[in-house]
Amino acid sequence: MQDQARLAELRQKFGREPAAPSEPTAERTPREAQPRFRGLESGHRACQGCGEALAARLVMESAGPDVMVANATGCLEVFTTPWPQSAWRVPWIHSLFENSAAVASGMEAAMKAKGQNTKVLAFGGDGGTYDIGFQALSGMLERYHNILYVCYDNEAYMNTGIQRSSSTPHAATTTTSPAGKERMGKRHLKKDLLSIIAAHHIPYAASASVAYPQDLQRKVRYAMGIDGPTFLVVHSPCPLGWRHASALTIEVARKAVECGLFPLVELERGAVTNIMPIRQVRPVTDYLKLQGRFAHLTRDGDPRAQEERDHLQALADYNINVFGLAGDGDDPVDTSGITTVGRGGPLAGRPQ
Amino acid sequence: MREALEGSQAIARAVSLCKPDVVAAYPITPQTHIVENISKLVAEGDLHTEFVSVESEFSAASVVLGAAAAGARAYTATASQGVLLMAEVLFNIAGMRIPLVMTVANRAVSAPLSIWNDHGDSMAVRDSGWIQLHAADNQEAVDTTIQAFRITQETELPVMVCMDGFILTHTLEVIDLPEQSVIDDFLPAFEFNRRLDPADPKSLGTLVDPGYFAEVRHSHHAAMQKALSVIKDTDSAWETATGRACGGLLTVEGDPGAAVGIVAMGSTVGTLRAGMAHTPEAGPAKLIKLRAFRPFPTQALIEATQGLDHLIVIDRAISPGLGGILGTEIAAILADVPNAPKIHNHALGLGGRDIPETIYADLIEAIKDPDAPLIFDADMAKLAPEDR
Repeated sequence: MQDQARLAELRQKFGREPAAPSEPTAERTPREAQPRFRGLESGHRACQGCGEALAARLVMESAGPDVMVANATGCLEVFTTPWPQSAWRVPWIHSLFENSAAVASGMEAAMKAKGQNTKVLAFGGDGGTYDIGFQALSGMLERYHNILYVCYDNEAYMNTGIQRSSSTPHAATTTTSPAGKERMGKRHLKKDLLSIIAAHHIPYAASASVAYPQDLQRKVRYAMGIDGPTFLVVHSPCPLGWRHASALTIEVARKAVECGLFPLVELERGAVTNIMPIRQVRPVTDYLKLQGRFAHLTRDGDPRAQEERDHLQALADYNINVFGLAGDGDDPVDTSGITTVGRGGPLAGRPQ
Repeated sequence: MREALEGSQAIARAVSLCKPDVVAAYPITPQTHIVENISKLVAEGDLHTEFVSVESEFSAASVVLGAAAAGARAYTATASQGVLLMAEVLFNIAGMRIPLVMTVANRAVSAPLSIWNDHGDSMAVRDSGWIQLHAADNQEAVDTTIQAFRITQETELPVMVCMDGFILTHTLEVIDLPEQSVIDDFLPAFEFNRRLDPADPKSLGTLVDPGYFAEVRHSHHAAMQKALSVIKDTDSAWETATGRACGGLLTVEGDPGAAVGIVAMGSTVGTLRAGMAHTPEAGPAKLIKLRAFRPFPTQALIEATQGLDHLIVIDRAISPGLGGILGTEIAAILADVPNAPKIHNHALGLGGRDIPETIYADLIEAIKDPDAPLIFDADMAKLAPEDR
């Protein structure tokens, strides 16, 4: 557990604790009225509508300030730290693309050796997590380091200009999986990383989405309280790579959850213990049609497009069945009602 | 205290005396005995360190990087393929100026697969920006390892201690391991002023545009050059503390008036010493034992080679298509020196080929042969005619 006295001291220093109101509340901006720890400051160089920047800010708000971050190479690293500037207000290190889990392991070992309990966070994109950093991540989980690993999943190599990763959804186009006369985008499936993580039987692993910030932050807080390896994958739309308007980031992310293609689940010791139910399951086309990367799937009269749409619908249906996602009532919109979701999914005996 | 110890065991004990906070390693022959012995010291409670048993050398290097950045004294060890798998991280550690120590149990690089000694591995990361020190015997390896922890802290440059695989790592020698109090006086507590600290947050390893990159390389190069005096002074301080020195940057022994010089690194030096003593009829030579390969002691080498007619440079690795690495570098250094000796560059003992004492006489004899082969001990009879 974190040292509460030290935490209070750092919160005081970095202004997380609400200061005593010295001015009338009415004159303060909403941000001033809700002082939060901003581990990732504004003013960085992310694109408009960047899901990853939003996700990282939400993670830092809930995790900081007694943390240190190991960040893999990628957009998040590049847009936050063009020397001599940095948007980070926590100790932060970038080494390489594929070693953030291992660098974080070393940082955590140092904390243990020195008798300190600053929590170590490791950040990577889907390329740095699903692909090139996969081995280091597995090693970190197996060795049971006290680290929260967060994967900001925007489903392709965005920093190098939208190339396909093992996290890219089936049939999505990228610059290395373009659609053409012979191809309908990526030929393979999105890697089921969470199941692989679950097979390490770590204390806690979860998926989250920038469309549900309260749920995301609750999951971060829960993971922060665990002394051991924890993993969070955050679905983070990339307007540039997914080819949607930057104002639609949240809507796109929400539709991914509502159609079942990106299920929000929690696993403890490898077993599903909680899910976010979908009260009104939407067809995957509602999600696909918002994005240019799936434009070739929404053409009328192309039997291949219909086949791939059916394929993606089947994948979504599979998720809904496996995790028991179909629920009753209204869907939570953004944050409202999300905290009412109870723990204990169908596989853990959740009442239907 | 003097004890008969295997080289690897002695290194483990020396590392233990330096009280590292974090040790991360992955097993590879011939480094394995070092990490086995460290693991045993940890298991017995004789060494209090976070020993991280990683899933690859890549992660071993990454773990010690993260540990040192977080303010911990860190150590790792590897060899051969492990050095190459680490390569990307090694450049990164040096570029970020992270202080830590690594032992390389020098071994040939595959293919063909060979577990035996040469310097192909550490030479492959010659330009990574690490300090590279070569030990000629196990006492030197022990003393250099301890010195390395002090050098790395003072220079903020990572230090690689190179020792010949099997020839040193698996050989029993009488080793004098200093008392803990001697080490405690010699080695200050680990301090890294750029360490990751929530009370004073810094960003390490940021993106640098073309407006800054050249300056970073310039300061790295300058730090390497400044490290020459640190290496020398640290060895002097060690001599004051223990009465024993390792030869600073390089040492010269043998006949000071000889017209022939021989430069070598690592355990070959001992073989040449024995050859010189046992075959006086071959003629005298000045034996130059090179301890610091990076940073390269250019000035000291020029001084050591003054007055020589011939300089035999022994490499334990080659750069195919050019020649010996040390030989090529020394030729470049002496190119503008008036009356510089003629250089005879030979690679020896590749992939563990035994270097006998007779090599001393053979090398001196080969000065007369303008067609002496680069790989001096290659047996042409074993090759197809078109490969000879």
